[in-house]
Amino acid sequence: MIDFLLNGQPRRCEATPDTSVLELLRETLGQTGTKEGCASGDCGACTVAIGEAGPDGRVRYHSANACITPAHQLQGRSLVTVEGLAQGEALHPAQAAMVACHASQCGFCTPGIVMSLFTLHEEQQQRPAPLTPERLEAALGGNLCRCTGYRPIRDAALSMGEPPWPRPGWLDRAVDASAQHQEPGADSAFVQPATLAELVEERRRHPEAPIVAGGTDLWLEVTQRLRRFERLVDVTRVAELTTIEEATLDDGREGWWIGGAVTYARLEPLLEAHYPAFAHLLHRLGSAQVRNRGTLGGNIANASPIGDTPPVLLALGGRLWLAGPGDAAEEAERELPLGDVFLDYKKTALREGEVIRAIFLPRPEPGRHLKVWKLSKRREDDISAVLGAFAWRLEDGVLRDVRLAFGGMAAIPKRAAAAEAALEGQPPTVACFQAARAALQNDFQPMSDVRGSAHYRALSAANLLERLRLVIGQQQAPTQDRDREVMLHAYAH
Amino acid sequence: MRTLTKLSKAPGAAPDQTIGAETSQSPDADIGADSVEARRELEGRIQGASPLARNTQTPGSAGHSQAYESAVKHVTGRAAYIDDLKVPADCLHVALALSPVAHGRLTGVALDQVRALPGVVDAVGIEEVPGHTDIGPVFPGDPIFVEDEISYAGQVLFAVAAESHRAAREAVKAAFDAGLVTIDERPASLDAVVAAERGEFVRPTHIQQRGDWEAALGGASQVVEGEQFVGGQEHFYLEGQACLVTPTEDEGVVVHTSNQHPSETQKLVAEVLGIPFHAVTVEVRRMGGGFGGKETQASPWACIAALVARRTGRAARLRLPRGDDMRVTGKRHPFHNRYRLGVDDKGVIQGGEITVIGDCGYSPDLSDAIVDRAMFHADNAYSLGAARVTGHRARTHTASNTAFRGFGGPQGMMVIEAAMDDIARRVGEDPLTVRKRNLYRHESDGTQGDALPRDVTHYGQTVDQVGLLHELIERLEASSDYWARREAITAFNADSPVIKRGLALTPVKFGISFTAKHLNQAGALLHVYTDGSVQINHGGTEMGQGLHTKICQVVARELALDLASVRITATRTDKVPNTSPTAASSGADLNGMAARDACLTLKARLFDFAAEHYALDREAMRLEAGHLVAGVGESERRIPWGELVQTAYLGRVSLSEKGFYATPLIHYDRGTGQGRPFYYYAFGAAVAEVGVDTLSGEYQVNRVDILHDVGDSLNPAIDIGQVEGGFIQGMGWLTSEELKWNEAGRLISDGPATYKIPTYGDLPPVFNVALMEGHPNSMASIYRSKAVGEPPFMLGISAWSALRDALASLADYREAPRLDTPATPERVLLAAEALRSRHSDWPPAFEEATP
Repeated sequence: MIDFLLNGQPRRCEATPDTSVLELLRETLGQTGTKEGCASGDCGACTVAIGEAGPDGRVRYHSANACITPAHQLQGRSLVTVEGLAQGEALHPAQAAMVACHASQCGFCTPGIVMSLFTLHEEQQQRPAPLTPERLEAALGGNLCRCTGYRPIRDAALSMGEPPWPRPGWLDRAVDASAQHQEPGADSAFVQPATLAELVEERRRHPEAPIVAGGTDLWLEVTQRLRRFERLVDVTRVAELTTIEEATLDDGREGWWIGGAVTYARLEPLLEAHYPAFAHLLHRLGSAQVRNRGTLGGNIANASPIGDTPPVLLALGGRLWLAGPGDAAEEAERELPLGDVFLDYKKTALREGEVIRAIFLPRPEPGRHLKVWKLSKRREDDISAVLGAFAWRLEDGVLRDVRLAFGGMAAIPKRAAAAEAALEGQPPTVACFQAARAALQNDFQPMSDVRGSAHYRALSAANLLERLRLVIGQQQAPTQDRDREVMLHAYAH
Repeated sequence: MRTLTKLSKAPGAAPDQTIGAETSQSPDADIGADSVEARRELEGRIQGASPLARNTQTPGSAGHSQAYESAVKHVTGRAAYIDDLKVPADCLHVALALSPVAHGRLTGVALDQVRALPGVVDAVGIEEVPGHTDIGPVFPGDPIFVEDEISYAGQVLFAVAAESHRAAREAVKAAFDAGLVTIDERPASLDAVVAAERGEFVRPTHIQQRGDWEAALGGASQVVEGEQFVGGQEHFYLEGQACLVTPTEDEGVVVHTSNQHPSETQKLVAEVLGIPFHAVTVEVRRMGGGFGGKETQASPWACIAALVARRTGRAARLRLPRGDDMRVTGKRHPFHNRYRLGVDDKGVIQGGEITVIGDCGYSPDLSDAIVDRAMFHADNAYSLGAARVTGHRARTHTASNTAFRGFGGPQGMMVIEAAMDDIARRVGEDPLTVRKRNLYRHESDGTQGDALPRDVTHYGQTVDQVGLLHELIERLEASSDYWARREAITAFNADSPVIKRGLALTPVKFGISFTAKHLNQAGALLHVYTDGSVQINHGGTEMGQGLHTKICQVVARELALDLASVRITATRTDKVPNTSPTAASSGADLNGMAARDACLTLKARLFDFAAEHYALDREAMRLEAGHLVAGVGESERRIPWGELVQTAYLGRVSLSEKGFYATPLIHYDRGTGQGRPFYYYAFGAAVAEVGVDTLSGEYQVNRVDILHDVGDSLNPAIDIGQVEGGFIQGMGWLTSEELKWNEAGRLISDGPATYKIPTYGDLPPVFNVALMEGHPNSMASIYRSKAVGEPPFMLGISAWSALRDALASLADYREAPRLDTPATPERVLLAAEALRSRHSDWPPAFEEATP
């Protein structure tokens, strides 16, 4: 049973564990305003807003792709759809602006765009900030429109005014706190543990049941490959997995343990403050709808060779904190360097029943640099053909602690050991980087697929090293030369 | 040729008038003698046709930026698409079993065992079809289900009807998993060039020729030649193919479908079921995007669902999941183009030959007309001199490629735009200079012995409004600050080793009319009710282009009513019969005129009645702001519309009227490859500026300026929307949208995760779009407007040309690199590498880091 608010109305629905929010809306509840465009979280036609009460008690809304969001995760949440915005004849400012700007043509993507604008408008109400191009891109990059070319949608986003719209009270009303979690002992096939102990116990009893967090990848199994899930374990409400804690490792390294179920969106402020290059990558990872739901733990556990965050964490020396159902204390929890995690294509060192409790992100060290460059056909909401994450220090004119990690170049995200060796302890000269380029051929034998040919991957990865040389050179260059572009502004950071 | 029914005689073979090239024209006059002729021809067909020229605008009526008729329904989620329609409780859901192989033989399908799978109610294959099994829209070749030979990966083998959408899809999967389908796979033919060399065509090759092209090549001071691959394009309408079919109490069905061509679907459903056309009613309220992808390729699903509905007596819904949709339906044709052109020292084309090979996929579909249109646009806006244009229609084992905005025109234009850049590099001039020198112009070219006029195309049509074309480009050149930016870019590139900028201005000249003459007709049905409210229906369909809004505006204007008084209803084959597809940008041109015709006839009838009933002067009678007005000054009488209508009703005057329109003048003789296939041309031009990272191949479009010709706009807001949307879609086609098949011929870019249409961030930061003003259509069209659906798509070519310009800087502008499309970062990088390897020291030796 799922208890939630739909546009302010309390609803109680029954659904199988693998039912999506979109199916619940369209098939069970007959609410067809929310559209299916792709059923894979790539087009945004099904965008809805999900509200939950923050620590301050205020309800905050985030956008999500209903097609790949598990219906059971609505438990205790407030769901807002395109049908819920207009109050009588009064259109929501997002709707009114879309009409005034002639921003719908065929209209099929429009409900999703209206909902993305609604969440943007809510953000503006709570924390007003300038609507920069970057911010609009982040808000709207996950909504494909095939008709308008987006200009009138941009105008609509910029012209959402103060509402003559009567804000309904339910928009700020959280669901009854008692409904936040399922009653203990309730035997549901969609299990929502609240603590790590409960999660570990569930894993002990049902190690075969897949874990779901954002569902941004897992749910494609349901919609694209028609897989049925009899039982699912939802980690998004496990307290220990949803916190970010400062920590010092045994080796003295300082940093943060980031809970396995922390979403990209929650991670963003931390990265903005400490790793702008990593934060910039997040802006190009999926879309707002995906970043609001996808998790760092999921990106790692998924072990895709083209996952965006693993190469960065490899370059930074990240670690995993694993929790498992083992009886002995030393078996129950353990730590692994990220480099030991990826074994083969989509295969990790995680044991049966283990979960990623947290990921260690080291604090930036003075003098240590990070660059992250993602190559894809489309700048936004695309998957990497090649991703390079490079960390280094420059000490007395030579490169130290060089870590070059790549995605899309092998069956796993992987460091380029030979290329690193070619640069370690060397000055950043053309000759050294030529050697590194050559060494890269020993590190990787990439393959051809829909995102790029083997030749392109090898060549562009090598060219990223050349870009790295130019960037390092520029950091040392006289001030007047630093303005010269070595990469396009839209990709630079 | 696109035909509604299989006509035995090729339409257009016997031109019924001879007007065109010989008609003398003043170069600067927008309204030429042809227009006068057209108006004469229209007289008698459109009653009281005097005000064909411009009228004054009134808010809400034509000419005004009225909001889209469904806008509020769109933003509130109330606008219903096919899958949103309420269905009977016992409605069945249909899923398709698609061939996993590109070529082979279907050796067995155990449909009895499929029917026994959980949740399955029925399964249908070729044996279950009572009527026609070939549903080829124009020419035969499209079996509704595979009978024996499998022709592409994604071809429909059979269909399953079950109690739910998911159950139907699971049953299809189970049928394959359980080995109920057996296939003998064979090697697939996937290369259109190889197919053309082997003579494997879906239709015969066609040639257009004018003048002695060989002599022109031989006599030219320089010969420039080139070759290119132009990729296809997935429509990616946001609403996938969908229909809902309900059986009627007799032998027929009612079909709700997302469809650009309801009449053809009606015909095919009737033929498949073996019932008369009148037993089938097809309704289309709106589409969630069409772009050509629902012109012929929306019908098969309706036929299959209709089969299920008649067999089971239950409603049947069929919607294609995105992946199935992308695999089973055809796309924009990929083309392989070659050119060899002789030019003079200034880069002016003297003549030559162009060959285009369209990759048609496995069957003809609309490919004959599409390759024709590529040939009709291989000149774009430039005089080819003495030229031969050859078009091949290659057969390959892929989905049958189909209509897509531009209908072959964009692929044809790509070859001549590539040539313009190549010629410019050869003669060392700016590409814009060379483009301008080659534009169609009125004076004859003295270099040819027989002095071929420079305003006549290679297929013999005189280009009207050349003055407009030249003025449009000059205005854009100035407003976009082309030359100052060119200078700045050249300076920037000289000092920037990695980032290179590029700039290009490309024009568009696009022919308006169906090249199948008989399709250039339309009907409308107008009802006035006794409360004065008006209902209009016409043969066109709404797919987001704003056609219904424009038609309402036409009716409101003709009847001098508020737009709120005019309601448009869903397109239905039982309201307006035997309609043409909403395609070829013709929707407003044809249906607007038909709606106007209905209004004028009804108006005349009301005037006759009013003159007699109220004893008014018939001569000066008019409709104004909701009133009938007669007389002037002192003697003026005003009768409110509502009162007029009620009085007319009581006077037993019919308040319903049908309208009709057929485009005059057009003809084309396929035997000679000459004629006047287009009623008029629409023009436009775009300037794009790009930045390219020559190390990674990444690029961005920084600024775009567009000036586009729509004659006198019916609705500037909607027209601007078409121009902007068309540009971005065209840019996507040439940049990020890459279709990829694996070696076995399976499409591997089969969803939005792998097929990347432009998204919000691809909108250029500076995007200046304007409509050309002061140039009404020279031909008599609806209020002197011009078609706007397709022409702006080709403005996107400017972005591709700008990428080539940026890359050419690597060769000091001495060479234009070959850049096949889509120009993905991969292709751009490889083009940059190729140039550097020929023109400079590479691997890279950018400046050493300063110590």
